[in-house]
Amino acid sequence: MVASLIAILDLKGKPLIQRAYRDDVHTSAIEKFLPLVLDIEEEGQQVTPCFSSQGINYMHIRHSNLYLLALSKRNTNAAEVIIFLHRLVSVLVEYFKELEEESIRDNFVIIYELMDEMMDFGYPQTTESKILQEYITQESHKLEIQARPPMAVTNAVSWRTEGIRYRKNEVFLDVIESVNMLVNANGNVVRSEILGAVKMKCYLSGMPELRLGLNDKVMFESTGRTARGKAIEMEDVKFHQCVRLSRFESDRTISFIPPDGEFELMSYRLSTPVKPLVWVEAAVESHKGSRIEYMVKVKAQFKRRSTANNVEIYVPVPDDADSPKFRASTGTVQYAPDKSAFVWKIKQLGGSREFLMRAHFGLPSVRSETDVEKRPPITVKFEIPYFTVSGIQVRYLKIVEKSGYQALPWVRYITQNGDDYSVGEGKRVDRADVINVQMEAFITFNAFDSLGFFVMNVADSKYKNS
Amino acid sequence: MSIRGPRKGENYELSVDLNSEYRDKRKDAIKRVIASMTVGKDVSGLFPDVLKNMQTEDLEQKKLVYLYLMNYAKTQPELVILAVNTFVKDTDDPNPLVRALAIRTMGCLRAEKIIDYLCDPLQKCLRDENPYVRKTAALCVAKLYDLKPELVIDNGFLEQLHEMIADANPMVVANTVGALTDIHASATSNASLPPNDPAIFTITGTVLTKLLIALNECSEWGRVAILNALARYTAQDDKESEHICERVVPQFQHINGSVVLAAVKVIMIHMRRVRRDDLVKQLVRKMAPPLVTLLSSPPEVQWVALRNINLLLQKRSDILSNEMRVFFCKYNDPLYVKVEKLDIMVRLAGENNVDALLSELKEYASEVDVDFVRKSIKAIGQTAIKIEVAAERCVNVLLELIATRVSYVVQEAVVVMKDIFRRYPATYEGVIPTLCANLDELEEPEAKASLIWIIGEYASKIDNADALLGFFVDTFTEESYPVQLQTLTAVVKLFLKKPDSSQALVQKVLDTATKECDSPDVRDRAYIYWRLLSTDPAAAKAVVLANRPPISLSRTSVSQSLLEELLGEISTLASVYHKPAETFIGKGRIGADAVQKKAEPGDDLLATQKALQTVVAGRQAENLLDFDDDDISTSDSQPSGLAATQVLSQTPAAANLLAGTSSNPLDDLVSIFGGSGGGFGAAPASATSGPGGAAAPDPLAGLGGLSLSGGGSMSPLTPGQSQQPQATPQQSQGQQEDLLGLF
Repeated sequence: MVASLIAILDLKGKPLIQRAYRDDVHTSAIEKFLPLVLDIEEEGQQVTPCFSSQGINYMHIRHSNLYLLALSKRNTNAAEVIIFLHRLVSVLVEYFKELEEESIRDNFVIIYELMDEMMDFGYPQTTESKILQEYITQESHKLEIQARPPMAVTNAVSWRTEGIRYRKNEVFLDVIESVNMLVNANGNVVRSEILGAVKMKCYLSGMPELRLGLNDKVMFESTGRTARGKAIEMEDVKFHQCVRLSRFESDRTISFIPPDGEFELMSYRLSTPVKPLVWVEAAVESHKGSRIEYMVKVKAQFKRRSTANNVEIYVPVPDDADSPKFRASTGTVQYAPDKSAFVWKIKQLGGSREFLMRAHFGLPSVRSETDVEKRPPITVKFEIPYFTVSGIQVRYLKIVEKSGYQALPWVRYITQNGDDYSVGEGKRVDRADVINVQMEAFITFNAFDSLGFFVMNVADSKYKNS
Repeated sequence: MSIRGPRKGENYELSVDLNSEYRDKRKDAIKRVIASMTVGKDVSGLFPDVLKNMQTEDLEQKKLVYLYLMNYAKTQPELVILAVNTFVKDTDDPNPLVRALAIRTMGCLRAEKIIDYLCDPLQKCLRDENPYVRKTAALCVAKLYDLKPELVIDNGFLEQLHEMIADANPMVVANTVGALTDIHASATSNASLPPNDPAIFTITGTVLTKLLIALNECSEWGRVAILNALARYTAQDDKESEHICERVVPQFQHINGSVVLAAVKVIMIHMRRVRRDDLVKQLVRKMAPPLVTLLSSPPEVQWVALRNINLLLQKRSDILSNEMRVFFCKYNDPLYVKVEKLDIMVRLAGENNVDALLSELKEYASEVDVDFVRKSIKAIGQTAIKIEVAAERCVNVLLELIATRVSYVVQEAVVVMKDIFRRYPATYEGVIPTLCANLDELEEPEAKASLIWIIGEYASKIDNADALLGFFVDTFTEESYPVQLQTLTAVVKLFLKKPDSSQALVQKVLDTATKECDSPDVRDRAYIYWRLLSTDPAAAKAVVLANRPPISLSRTSVSQSLLEELLGEISTLASVYHKPAETFIGKGRIGADAVQKKAEPGDDLLATQKALQTVVAGRQAENLLDFDDDDISTSDSQPSGLAATQVLSQTPAAANLLAGTSSNPLDDLVSIFGGSGGGFGAAPASATSGPGGAAAPDPLAGLGGLSLSGGGSMSPLTPGQSQQPQATPQQSQGQQEDLLGLF
């Protein structure tokens, strides 16, 4: 009971490409979509991702300047359809880099092929873009031999093809963490959570069995072992479909046959309270009709030995502000009128350091009374190399393949203490920690009040082998 | 070939190229045909030319031709037959990709003529050695059933599908289950089907075992199909229910949100029979983190998740009791997500987290979006009514908001204050001067009516109540009807409390209302007051100043039986809309009728009992604070909400008039009972519930009204009934006749 028809529409509601999977919904319903959306908006109602009109259910998502729309006449599984639409977007993005009107027009043949392969009779089928790319290619005319369905399409291991060969067998492991943070008007952290991900680059031959060990508190507790150092308590863990969920459920072992190449092995969430690493405060003095002044303070709230790189602070200003003047104690400041903000860039921000900057803008003397001022948040982006947020550690990564080759597991490496250790069975793994942290913080402000949101990300850094 | 366009133009050129001797040129032409089709041009005339290119070694070209056929087979049924040979041949191709493609496309052609030729190749493909072909063929059976069910049954495809549940390949199992479920759904939507029809997919114990094995091995979408089937299984005993729950729980860790929600559904259904308390607790505890993680998905997915979480919380408020903070709105959340989050936050509000909630709500109330600001202020009111100990803090926040003097903030806060006064009578009287000071700011009828109600209610404690009300009496005819009704009642209250100073005012308002007002509702109410006051002031006092039962916040937004039904539909549109599937799936009026039919037999008794219980409990004001936005927002256009309930409890005659216009029959009904104890108002209420009941999510409300009208007592007769004012419109006369008929 899923979708009867899937279409990609431009912002004017014109279908760019469509595919009917069942004939219970007439294609003319697609053209009714945008008028319906406009009607709902006109009535002052919310346009929700799913709505129903005259017995037809419209389920849609937005991607840049496109609507992806699914129609059905039954009590469809809405979650499945909406997630499928998102998956369709990510597959198309992987095929064409960017998904927009032009790339759709240029590639309609292959999109039809993909739509045919990804859904049958309204039921989602194969949506792994790596597998799809094996038999649906853009240069099919070059293939002298006909493509065949990869075993993976129907295998129990649907994410890996057999017969992969590498001269050098290597695995790269990345731990990426981001922190969401809400800061209230008084500068208190209302909510914070760490969202982490373990990403892998896998260049291994054959069908290798991998086992990953983390400093997982629940695992230590259930096995009665004591953790060396800190153990972390992951609140929720999500795995790539290659990981055996029942195994994890029974003894917290992460065992899997990895897909080839790059993929996200797992993501996790911790609700440990986190202190904002880069704190930004803004004081605003607005003289209606003449000028507006900002004083921005940035403070690095981490240890002196760490440094935040490429710090960018976006401070929003009124849309009609003009003639900017800036003075900063470090870094450079630029006005970005297209974003209605100014950007304060600091190449390197040392731990425990604090800097100030001032900005001055002119305001037009005439202003409509009813104009309610939007107060978008301040955004902060930065990276902190060699910095751990949650304290997650990769304890070991075991690789077993029936041919018995030696694989080199490379991991992100921390130089701080050099207390790396290895865990047996001939495969050596180093301690892996977060190295580069990129943090994005959004802080709203009203004179002194703020509401914030932080995201951290690991950027590229050197791998080191044991 | 019979159909051929003119010998010029784009289609002619395409036709020439399609018949070209060069392969590349032909292929290019096909691409151009498909391109024209994509932009909506009619290229059906090229059917025979395209068809010629079907037999090819080039897979891409084959796919394009197939695509073309799928689009135009219906318009060219006689010509499709020409394609059959190639299709059948392709199902024998050595390449499994071609075999699967052929069988998949044949199923999509949906032309009568070709269907009969489908059966043999399908038979073959269902037993294909390649799982890719088998999984495609499995779904093809469902396609065939959709077109011609008898062919599926005659060819024994159903039996074959049942065998395929044991297939070694998990993807084949998943698609087989999907196909069987699809067939089951279309078969059961046809009511005349006998219960032993082969199309009905009963999940037996053996099937269950196979599904549980396949579950851990198949792709994400396959898991969704299998979990949905598991949700339909009826467990033999609680041991088996426990077993299913334990096997399904690991799916909570899946990265795909629809797998998570499908697993939640299975657990919610099978948990009903689990008796071990510790297991139930464990399951509920494990459910929370994956639900929270869904909030890190794209906004559309979040929204679907939030709608479902809302339902889950109505059933089990303990699931996320410690997680209110994760529902705090982010600056860049779309409005539809924020609104859902607000609702859930109020559901999760308790004494321990109310301070954090209030400071959030206060912050939202200063945002830009008017709609969101209003909803946030409403949420503050709901919190005050829900948590008694926090009411004072809520009132203080409201006062701070009123101090901002932003027009829509003040108005919404006044409306909310009225509800707080209803919940905690005579508690926050100190606030009244502040509210009255903002009299001039109020423009919206609902806000005005609310303030007037407050003034009338506390007339004895407001020194200048007569002056304040006098202000509205002066502009009486310019105000909207809800405001007029409230003014009328408030002045009468004032008169009953302070007869000396307000005699002139009450005279004036009654005079204006009866002579100059063009709303029959207002006039009738004025007449009734007039007579009450002139014949028996003591009775007037007893009626107008009667104590109203306190209001409370309903824990559920849907009825209990509907909630159970919707929990069985987690992650589907029904659970997203919070409506049973029959109300929106494509059957138009029949859909609504079916609901009626379904609700009628056997449920009357239940409805009667439910209505009686509600009456006894005296919970008359559900519609005041219903979580459903509609109820609150409609109250400015219709005298539902406060206006309706209040008046009903005072003046039974006016009740008849108002009951007809209110949106929710049960609420009105209940309020009549709760207020005056008289049963005679039930007749018009139920008489008008017909259309409303059919459209409302719960048609039981109307039924409840009907069965109650017999049982109600006939006590206080309307004073005004004998002398119905001449100006009374048809509608009210009709209702009066109904009444008389009852007597």
